[in-house]
Amino acid sequence: MAITMAQALNTALHDAMEADDKVVMFGEDVGILGGVFRITDKLQERFGEKRCFDTPLAESGIVGTAIGMAMYGYKPVVEMQFDGFTYPAFEQIVSHLAKMPNRSRGTVQLPVVVRIPYGGGIGAVEHHSESPEAFFSHVAGLKIVSPGTPSDGYSLLRRAIDSPDPVIFFEPKRRYWLKEDAELPVTTEPFGTAVVRREGTTATLLAYGPMVRTALDTAKAAEEEGWDLEVVDLRTLNPFDAKTVVASVRKTGHAVVVHEAQVFAGFGAEVAAQITERAFYDLEAPVLRVGGFDIPYPAAKLEEFFLPDTDRILDAVERSLSF
Amino acid sequence: MAAAPLTPDPVTLLPAAQPVQLLDNQGALHEVDGYPLDLKDEDFRNLYRFMVLARRVDKQGINLQRQGQLGVYASLLGQEAAQVGGAYALDEQDWVFPSYREMGAALVRGVDPGKILQLFRGTWLSDHDPHATHFGLLSIPIATQALHAVGFAMGAKLDGKDLVVMSYFGDGATSEGDAHEAMNFAAVYDSPCVFFVQNNQYAISVPLSKQTKAPTIAHKAVGYGMPGYRCDGNDVLASYAVAKQAVERARAGDGPSLIEAVTYRMEAHTTADDPTRYRTAEELAEWNARDPIARFETFLTKEGLLDDAFRAQIDDEAKAYASRMREEIYDAPHGDPLELFEHVYVEPPASYEEQRALLRRELGAQ
Repeated sequence: MAITMAQALNTALHDAMEADDKVVMFGEDVGILGGVFRITDKLQERFGEKRCFDTPLAESGIVGTAIGMAMYGYKPVVEMQFDGFTYPAFEQIVSHLAKMPNRSRGTVQLPVVVRIPYGGGIGAVEHHSESPEAFFSHVAGLKIVSPGTPSDGYSLLRRAIDSPDPVIFFEPKRRYWLKEDAELPVTTEPFGTAVVRREGTTATLLAYGPMVRTALDTAKAAEEEGWDLEVVDLRTLNPFDAKTVVASVRKTGHAVVVHEAQVFAGFGAEVAAQITERAFYDLEAPVLRVGGFDIPYPAAKLEEFFLPDTDRILDAVERSLSF
Repeated sequence: MAAAPLTPDPVTLLPAAQPVQLLDNQGALHEVDGYPLDLKDEDFRNLYRFMVLARRVDKQGINLQRQGQLGVYASLLGQEAAQVGGAYALDEQDWVFPSYREMGAALVRGVDPGKILQLFRGTWLSDHDPHATHFGLLSIPIATQALHAVGFAMGAKLDGKDLVVMSYFGDGATSEGDAHEAMNFAAVYDSPCVFFVQNNQYAISVPLSKQTKAPTIAHKAVGYGMPGYRCDGNDVLASYAVAKQAVERARAGDGPSLIEAVTYRMEAHTTADDPTRYRTAEELAEWNARDPIARFETFLTKEGLLDDAFRAQIDDEAKAYASRMREEIYDAPHGDPLELFEHVYVEPPASYEEQRALLRRELGAQ
């Protein structure tokens, strides 16, 4: 059956709430409206206003109260309405959500999931298209997840909710309507397991979230050039599956990391360093990074010139191969 | 058409014009309507005991810092009545979410002061089990703990538990967004919460007049639709009676309250601060005359509740506390460095193996 990423995520929330009455869902407009992207559609109808509820419009408040509820013994899943509105919650996430289990010497656990629809490509107004994953990847104590397919959307969200550690769950909003033939429930590999989405021999494209589809499209287009590209979907940025990444790069000798976020100090820098440290002698060329330019996210009519696409990725592959 | 009345009626939420005071500066009791004292002799003595212990333990904290045993210490001197009175209004199942200056409240909740000091010594970031004492981790980022308190209270309410959560923070903290968000969330969800603000007049060097233009901190409650209470924070009986009122209200399911306990930080902000740069000796002397312990002592003596035997007993207890703190802190070694990796994640990433191995090699090379 063809399901969309949005349906997969909605079903994952539904099934998690069904399976464990300690799971509660809250955020802005997640109740009767079902979220601006309908990811929480009908959850309030099914589970009542106590377990799925709207909050005042305050992101720090949402994450801060989620921490308190988790201390009490609940498993809160909270929604940040858009990537660009996550920043008011940054202090609660960095100073408490990530640190409290360690600070408490393990006496406090915080099984909180912060869901963030992120990335561009939907023609949105300013502050609605950002990719802030690198900020959070830098913070010890968090797990950083970003699914690239509906199956992973379902499975990784279920795992995130079951995780005893706090998880920042980045949902690729432009892929909410991406379809895949899958039966739910589905269980894919655990956190820290990247997956080879397409096998190839010429070069490795490394992507996550919204860029997985773009990388696969690029691999298809590359066939015309006679290139057989391998596509690795990282799935979780932390924990990072160095093993799968390195195995692929050992095979192809060429690596190109792709993300929507600005390249400078982006997550691609970490991937490049991991590969360089672990597989230096297997590399035929430096690891290249493809992403947005180092500018603030542009206005909607200009985003196509900012976002990495097949052409920009193929250009990087060519540079790598001709190094 | 007649205008619909406002709900709740803002007038009913307003704090009294003057702070509630039951014991005047001379230790004379003046009962105030609406704030009945439900305390037995034993409670009066216990309040005194906690205040004296808090002062002794606090002094030991300062001394340990001066001896180079603590990196820094944040004194509560002068705030004993507010802290002890507030926390004494709670029942055993209730919780406290403190800032970093809550040694007095910690004592009432049964937290070992030596454990609190481990944070200031730097042996670990926190050393007490919040679930064992119902006393949250000391929160250094200002006002952030207020949201944890509200979330905890939301959880308790959802779970149908009879439980009240008290969050302590200071006058400076009321300027933070998290204090605002916490009070707003608590009011919207009718959470069983009490926001206990110790207005000690200064946020490090910045006086209250530079934090807010509100008539008082307690008046801010009206904006959230909850009652604001104001009490003499150097009067342990007023602090208790007002807190008790707010706790009972929360327990009855009537929602949160904001308390402003008007007090004064007699010591520096922390041992790293020099208060002579921003406040006068006259001001200090003025507040010294309102000392919370001295006035309560006068009252207890008059009531015949304080005799030499009881004083000696508290003195022994205070000495024992201080001596145990010295033992626990003096030259306390840091823990096992390899424990650094133990509590960050329940399910740590594979990279921790490599990093732990690196640290193990570095330790071996020493």
